[in-house]
Amino acid sequence: MTTNTELTESSKAALAPTDTLNMTDTQHNNLSYRDAFFLVLKRDITIALRHRDDIINPLLFFVIVVTLFPLGIGPEAKTLSRIAPGIIWVAALLATLLSLDRLFKSDYGDGSLEQMLLSPHPVFLLVLAKIVAHWLITGLPLIFIAPLLAVLLHLNEQSYGALIFTLLLGTPVLSLLGAVGVALTVGIKKGGVLLSLLVLPLYIPVLIFATSAIDTASIGLPYSGQLAIIAALFFGSLTLAPFAVGAALKVSTN
Amino acid sequence: MTPLPKSTSSTQETILLKGENLTCIREDRLLFDDLNIEINTGDIVQVEGPNGSGKTSLLRILAGLSQPYEGKVKFKQILTSQCREEFHENLLYFGHLPGVKGEMSAEENLSFNLALHGLDTNQTVDNLANMNLLGFEDSLASHLSAGQHRRIGLARLYQSRAPIWILDEPFTAIDKQGVASLEQRFIEHANQGGCVILTTHQDLLAIPSDKVKKITLDYAFE
Repeated sequence: MTTNTELTESSKAALAPTDTLNMTDTQHNNLSYRDAFFLVLKRDITIALRHRDDIINPLLFFVIVVTLFPLGIGPEAKTLSRIAPGIIWVAALLATLLSLDRLFKSDYGDGSLEQMLLSPHPVFLLVLAKIVAHWLITGLPLIFIAPLLAVLLHLNEQSYGALIFTLLLGTPVLSLLGAVGVALTVGIKKGGVLLSLLVLPLYIPVLIFATSAIDTASIGLPYSGQLAIIAALFFGSLTLAPFAVGAALKVSTN
Repeated sequence: MTPLPKSTSSTQETILLKGENLTCIREDRLLFDDLNIEINTGDIVQVEGPNGSGKTSLLRILAGLSQPYEGKVKFKQILTSQCREEFHENLLYFGHLPGVKGEMSAEENLSFNLALHGLDTNQTVDNLANMNLLGFEDSLASHLSAGQHRRIGLARLYQSRAPIWILDEPFTAIDKQGVASLEQRFIEHANQGGCVILTTHQDLLAIPSDKVKKITLDYAFE
């Protein structure tokens, strides 16, 4: 470390003209929206991969909750296949809820969130990157493991397609809507219960149409109507939730 | 409350940041009322006051992280809320929390912080060397000390092109030598046409006292 405590007048003068700060133009901000999005996405995934319990714990929770039902209700195939869609989806909701806290809490705790809010990029873009990362870390693994659990619950063979499609369209909605709840409660010390009270009611439409789609598929009827509604929920929340999250974060950090 | 002296005669100086009639109320207590601040290029402004007098609140209001109860903050005559993007490009804020992730290495943390603000990430190692972190580039931040955490956050100062620096207690957990070189950096920045607004309970030793403007907040205790 340099300890040139005396900065002479001449060196000051030499510094000024050659290295002046550009204050009005924006040329030093050479990061496009896409770069900013992937920068945050990559960072969040890197952190999650180094902190693996964030990925594994919700997944194990999902598996354990689903396996509890056959133990409690009994192994009768007919009963289980009847309630399988509901069990898998409710477990997916709870597993997502469990993982939501990490979305903004640690960033809030160490000041990274402030830095993101103060970056020149639109807040919704950075928020969207964080939500996408959250879905890749928690939603996507659920989709891979759900068919295995469906076997355990004797889900009707015809319903597997519907299960995968509803999870593919539905779990991003869970991450998007959940993010709004987390953003509102991030400043509260023990916001966990409040978060579930805020978020779970918002998950109801997804649950209704997802299980309805799987049930319809099991009796061989087309389920594209229910899928279309989940898709509408997905696009609606994809376009609106990041803005709501941005506004909520500004309130929470105020 | 002592209002800042009007800018001196130099023609080069322009007002970078202006707070008009700022009022801040926290938990039903008035922290400051009708505060007017003008920060010009080349200013080093030290906000002083006892604990709980509203120093952090003032800095957060100026940075746009908090809303004042009343009053306006203007960046070059434009309300900061109306030129958010441009204002943030010209702002570097370093708060109580250093914004460093324990799961990432010192170099990754700095690269991310620089890239997020659209800055070059080619010289991160040099910047870390400036903050006496050479040899720790690849260490996970969670394995480093509190002071080193803050050094990672502050390393950005050596690369930043933003003229407005708002630094809340930048010297916390930094050793004497580190403080001296930071002060040197502040002088350099002010001479390049930037401004530094900081809070600290320490005396600024390396910066000549006639260069430092002081804002004293003691309203809550009068």
